[in-house]
Amino acid sequence: MALITYREALRHALAEEIQRDENVVILGEEVAEYDGAYKVTEGLWKKFGDKRVCDTPISEAAFIGMGIGASMLGLRPVMELMFWSFATVAWDQIVNNAGFVRYMSGGLINCPIVIRGPANGGTNVGATHSHTPENMLANIPGLKVVCPATAYDAKGLLKSAIRDNDPVMFMENTLLYGEKWEVPEEEYVIPLGVADLKREGTDVSLIAHGRAALTALKAAELLAAEHDISAEVLDLRSIRPLDEEAILRTVRKTHRAVLIEENKPFCGVDAQISSLLMEKAFDDLDAPVLRISAIDAPAIYSPKVEVKQLPRPTDVVAKVLSLF
Amino acid sequence: MGTDLFPPPLPTRDHALVLLRQMLLIRHFEERCAELYTQQKIRGFLHLYTGEEAVAVGVMQALDPRDAVVSTYREHGHALARGIAPGAIMAEMFGRREGCSGGRGGSMHLFDAATRFYGGGAIVGGGLPVAVGLALADRMQGRPQVSCCFFGEGAAAEGEFHESMNLAQLWRLPVLFVCENNLYAMGSALSITESSADFTRKASGYGMAAGAVDGMDVLAVENSARAAVQAIRAGNGPFLLEARTYRFRAHSMFDPELYRSREEVEHWREHGPLITLTRRLREAGLFAEEDFQALTREVEAEVEQAVAFAEAGTWEPVEDLCRFVYSEVERA
Ligand SMILES: Cc1ncc(C[n+]2csc(CCOP(=O)(O)OP(=O)(O)O)c2C)c(N)n1
Repeated sequence: MALITYREALRHALAEEIQRDENVVILGEEVAEYDGAYKVTEGLWKKFGDKRVCDTPISEAAFIGMGIGASMLGLRPVMELMFWSFATVAWDQIVNNAGFVRYMSGGLINCPIVIRGPANGGTNVGATHSHTPENMLANIPGLKVVCPATAYDAKGLLKSAIRDNDPVMFMENTLLYGEKWEVPEEEYVIPLGVADLKREGTDVSLIAHGRAALTALKAAELLAAEHDISAEVLDLRSIRPLDEEAILRTVRKTHRAVLIEENKPFCGVDAQISSLLMEKAFDDLDAPVLRISAIDAPAIYSPKVEVKQLPRPTDVVAKVLSLF
Repeated sequence: MGTDLFPPPLPTRDHALVLLRQMLLIRHFEERCAELYTQQKIRGFLHLYTGEEAVAVGVMQALDPRDAVVSTYREHGHALARGIAPGAIMAEMFGRREGCSGGRGGSMHLFDAATRFYGGGAIVGGGLPVAVGLALADRMQGRPQVSCCFFGEGAAAEGEFHESMNLAQLWRLPVLFVCENNLYAMGSALSITESSADFTRKASGYGMAAGAVDGMDVLAVENSARAAVQAIRAGNGPFLLEARTYRFRAHSMFDPELYRSREEVEHWREHGPLITLTRRLREAGLFAEEDFQALTREVEAEVEQAVAFAEAGTWEPVEDLCRFVYSEVERA
């Protein structure tokens, strides 16, 4: 095992897949000569050259669309969006072309593209740069959506995403890029659609994705230390496909669920999970399913206020205590 | 409109000092912002306008207070030249309620209805269609105004640039498009992002009148902008003005600037807007060293007042966070 950052884990996944498959190419703004706005692709252009790592102009609609077209003929483009926030400019391509081409062509056409970049709030960059569109994209049948919380997950999931035959929307987090985790030296992949039980417990299930999974882990520690409550933490890792079995398993074990996400609540990912629990775990529940999300307003700039806009471990603790 | 070929006429001394003062104010404001960023008083992203002052200051001279302005995330200079109070801009960057956007927007999202300043927009290219719409409303509601849209040359790679150019020209809307060509979009030199780097020709492709101007010469910028605005107000349709300029500082506060040489930056600094104007005025006998020092002292004091105003500001209570997500007025 090596202790590496989330950023390095992504970079290793990219380098390994570029070496493994000559069809893998990286395209995006500032990914080559500049080493990436967030340095995820640092050194890759120097190592693999212009044919594998290419800078594009600020033309999200065109370069994402171009990646989609290229994927139809067998390239495996890994497109970097400097921020997922800029996907709004490329929405038509992502939804109508990447999302639907296989279906509309009666299954004839593959679209093995990965679109990756950070999707998070919490960094005081204001509403236009803090989008968390995992729920919006997961709403499109045809797209897969992944939100890794750790370096280990980021690497294994990115490798699977690149090998996947469907378009995968891969959402990272600028607050995690510099954080370190243990990652095996030897090769591994993590299949899409498999949640990870990050902490075992008996009294309540905290279900989360992305950085919220880490918030849940901190909350679980507080609950154990200060309130003698044993919380189980399930990290969804993929939003679509969704690991329904894992969700039902943990709730059938603890009989209580608190859902946490950094996304906005309205039509959020956790609305989907609540509905799943209502339909399939109603009789297993000892308490109503509760949710904690970002406060339902665009991201505010004001640093002192934005910290309170996203769920904090203490918010989770308070929510859990309300169940007992 | 090859204004570059003819040196612009000399201004009166009073007018020259107005231009100089505004540029100096922007220069000092931005340098102070850089310090405040390292002290973590200002957070998030910070894009400074240092070096490009002549563009905002020159163009604003040509607008009247009822004209609308749209800018980018590198908009402190536009906001100051437009007349938004420095304290309100600084307080915005401190995230205080007294900021021009209530502390909600930050450096990249300054707004001010009183000066018809419609942002402050951090999505590259996103302001152009809005400027076209402001022009449409002015025309439909019978106001003889011009909408002025500032954007970086990098935005010309976005579809929104092209769609806006076409629409504005097709409907002959009163828009002044000001392309601030500072040669780099983040770390990308023009040559690796644009198949043709002649922005006036892009306008011509849409049948739009266009001209280029030395963006380091505030007198030339003012002159060109006045001519363009006059033509637009006369009903000749939109105009694209390319201002050739340079940013002296990094793209943002996280940019090691490996894509350009120190010599290149030095060269441009020596041809900067403050040097260009003061040299011209000195040669014409309109200006003395004491003027420069007096103005510098004035703007320094103004910037410090802005900082003090920001420091004294208050935080929005978190309970108010959902206010103004939607209108608080039932109907028009
Ligand atoms: C749609 C979109 N894509 C990418 C970015 C990231 N970004 C911010 S500024 C910038 C460079 C823009 O360059 P230019 O338009 O020339 O303006 P300058 O920064 O030089 O003033 C980029 C790529 C963004 N904000 N919006």
